[in-house]
Amino acid sequence: MPNKIFLVVKREYLARVKKRSFIVATILTPLIFPSILGVFLWIGMSDTGIDSARFIEVVDDNQEFFLESNELFVFSYGSLTVAEAKEMVQKGNRYGFLHIPKLDLAAPTGIAFYAAETPGMSVVSGLESALKVKIEEIKLLNSGINRELLNKLKTAVSIRSIRLGQTGNEAVSNTVINYAIGFISGILIYTFIFVYGNQIMQGVIEEKSSRIVEILVSSLKPFQLMMGKIIGIGAVGLTQFLIWIVLIGLVSTIIMGFFGMKMPQQELMEQASPEGMGWMSAQTELPEILQLIQGIDFFSLVLSFLIYFIGGYLLYGAFFAAIGAAVDSPSDAQQFMFPVTIPLLVGYMGLFIFVLDDPNSKVSYWLSIVPFTSPVAMMGRVSFGVPLSELVLSVTLLVLGFLFTTWSAGKIYKIGILVHGTKVNYKTLWKWIKEN
Amino acid sequence: MHILSIKGLNKTYGNHVALKNFDLEVEKGMVFGLLGPNGAGKTTLIRIVNQIIDRDSGEILINGEPLKMSHVRNIGYLPEERGLYKGMRVDDQLLYFAQIKGLKATEAKVKIHSWLERLNLLSWKNMKVEELSKGMAQKVQFIATVIHEPKLLILDEPFSGFDPVNAEIIKNEILELKRNGTTIMLSTHRMESVELLCDNIAMINRSHKILDGTVKAIKKASKTNRFAVGLRLIPGLEIPTWEDLIEEEDCVTFTIALDGQRPNDCLMELMNYGEVLHFEESIPSIEEIFIQKINESHAE
Repeated sequence: MPNKIFLVVKREYLARVKKRSFIVATILTPLIFPSILGVFLWIGMSDTGIDSARFIEVVDDNQEFFLESNELFVFSYGSLTVAEAKEMVQKGNRYGFLHIPKLDLAAPTGIAFYAAETPGMSVVSGLESALKVKIEEIKLLNSGINRELLNKLKTAVSIRSIRLGQTGNEAVSNTVINYAIGFISGILIYTFIFVYGNQIMQGVIEEKSSRIVEILVSSLKPFQLMMGKIIGIGAVGLTQFLIWIVLIGLVSTIIMGFFGMKMPQQELMEQASPEGMGWMSAQTELPEILQLIQGIDFFSLVLSFLIYFIGGYLLYGAFFAAIGAAVDSPSDAQQFMFPVTIPLLVGYMGLFIFVLDDPNSKVSYWLSIVPFTSPVAMMGRVSFGVPLSELVLSVTLLVLGFLFTTWSAGKIYKIGILVHGTKVNYKTLWKWIKEN
Repeated sequence: MHILSIKGLNKTYGNHVALKNFDLEVEKGMVFGLLGPNGAGKTTLIRIVNQIIDRDSGEILINGEPLKMSHVRNIGYLPEERGLYKGMRVDDQLLYFAQIKGLKATEAKVKIHSWLERLNLLSWKNMKVEELSKGMAQKVQFIATVIHEPKLLILDEPFSGFDPVNAEIIKNEILELKRNGTTIMLSTHRMESVELLCDNIAMINRSHKILDGTVKAIKKASKTNRFAVGLRLIPGLEIPTWEDLIEEEDCVTFTIALDGQRPNDCLMELMNYGEVLHFEESIPSIEEIFIQKINESHAE
């Protein structure tokens, strides 16, 4: 009687979508995020320009290291003593000062950076790389290479990465874009499962504690009720996401437009282009961008996103329903959250630590195959391109995993919804699965 | 014709036997009372008939057909523990309950309207259940149970949780449904409502049926052939040893066994001792029979 599942889906969907809290959250959230973004942009804008570059006094005992200023650092050479430079920093006239003692170029040690505040990683590494380049340059000059040759040696290199498809088609790919796609879709799936999984659980607990459930299961099968709830709440989530995407897009465009900026995806494209900024003016590079966009296989990307998005939600949704059925109140649910949170977290952490770092490693492979981690982890690989056979294997296992969790959750659900006031533990749950 | 017929029903939960070799037959058009102490197996039986839980073995027939999922259309069920969706409107809620029972939306809406009108709830139909008083919510709950016009209405402790006014309304609705041909099976602790409502009863204790039959027959079978007597004694007379003798201000009450005598002979004899104030056959109430039967079955 699939018709009855549909009735449950409809009720679950309408009951939530009609709620004032849903309407408020759906409309406000897209306004809040771009607004926060707007505030940051506003702060960022007022912070840019010359005054944001850090003035650094260089005290060079070797009289040899003339570091070139860039957008991050402005180096000044006032031929000050260490004490004088320290004073300048203390008075706030300089961001910091760099002390380069007499150096043995073979083993340069003793270089120190003084600043009023603890410098960030980017400052230290920026200075380190500037010095490294300089030392290498001096070494090269010392070894007899003339300056003209040295300047010629400096080359700007960017690698155009091309993914060779199995059918022989070549697609220009870009690691940054792939990374971003994997990153964003992984997080979306993870968040969706948690937020809406929790709603499933809450809904089941509500029906159980208000004792509606016994009336319901006298009219339809517990499994229909459970599936109807899972699907209905999933549809609510999809609706909310869809509205968010449209609204966030609209509001962001307005805010970005206000600050004369481009949309994040445009910025992404800029970073992706070999020469970095300013591609808009460079006519010659436009086709390359188009190639990049064409290189993204949108169809399979969107398709696999939907499969893992829905598959992951359904797989875990049954778990959440079973937990809701086993307990009397949300506070009791905590003890059973462990088996749900751990695999999800493993998938989530795995996405960042392994998959996005090296999509084709052994760990990444297993994370994207095992159904409990694959919904989150596989999206990190899909954007980089995955052999079809692995995709098929992963999706098949996901479907089997879904059938398995729904089957076992259904058994727990069926008994759990009628049990009140009994302390339920893992042993009881196992008994319920076995007995049925 | 039996609307419900159960043969050899067994159900165990782990080591606990809930129903053992249970037989039951419910005739069409009657009000059938299911009596038994807590934990006797009543709710288990009701849940199995409602296909909420599975039986281990045994046969269940509805109108002669083996019980199947489509029978939910013909069964209405009011569980002992019941509730409604608090945040859902009265009319939406009733529509949902009617639809999951298999009613079409258009058909259901007409019925909802007439039921709400009948129980004076029409002006509340757009309200959420949380905005209703408890009594009104109970009426809505009852409508939700009968909205699809079930042939068999199963009520588990229907009067628990209802205030006396609503209990009376519900009782009258049950009798009205019976007049319209609905068979009603109810479990209850309220013995006075059993005697008032039920045609037939079955008593369950410790997973076994210990008694069943029509209320009249059960009461008749439990007759002890004793009479309760009230007598204003003539002073100075020596009286026989009467059982349960209570001396009151100006009279005595006691019980007397006929011992094969006809009531009239017994009465005439009694008249010799004074003025008979009352002479009445003592028929045990269903409650007394119930307690007696349970004690008997425990003694076995």
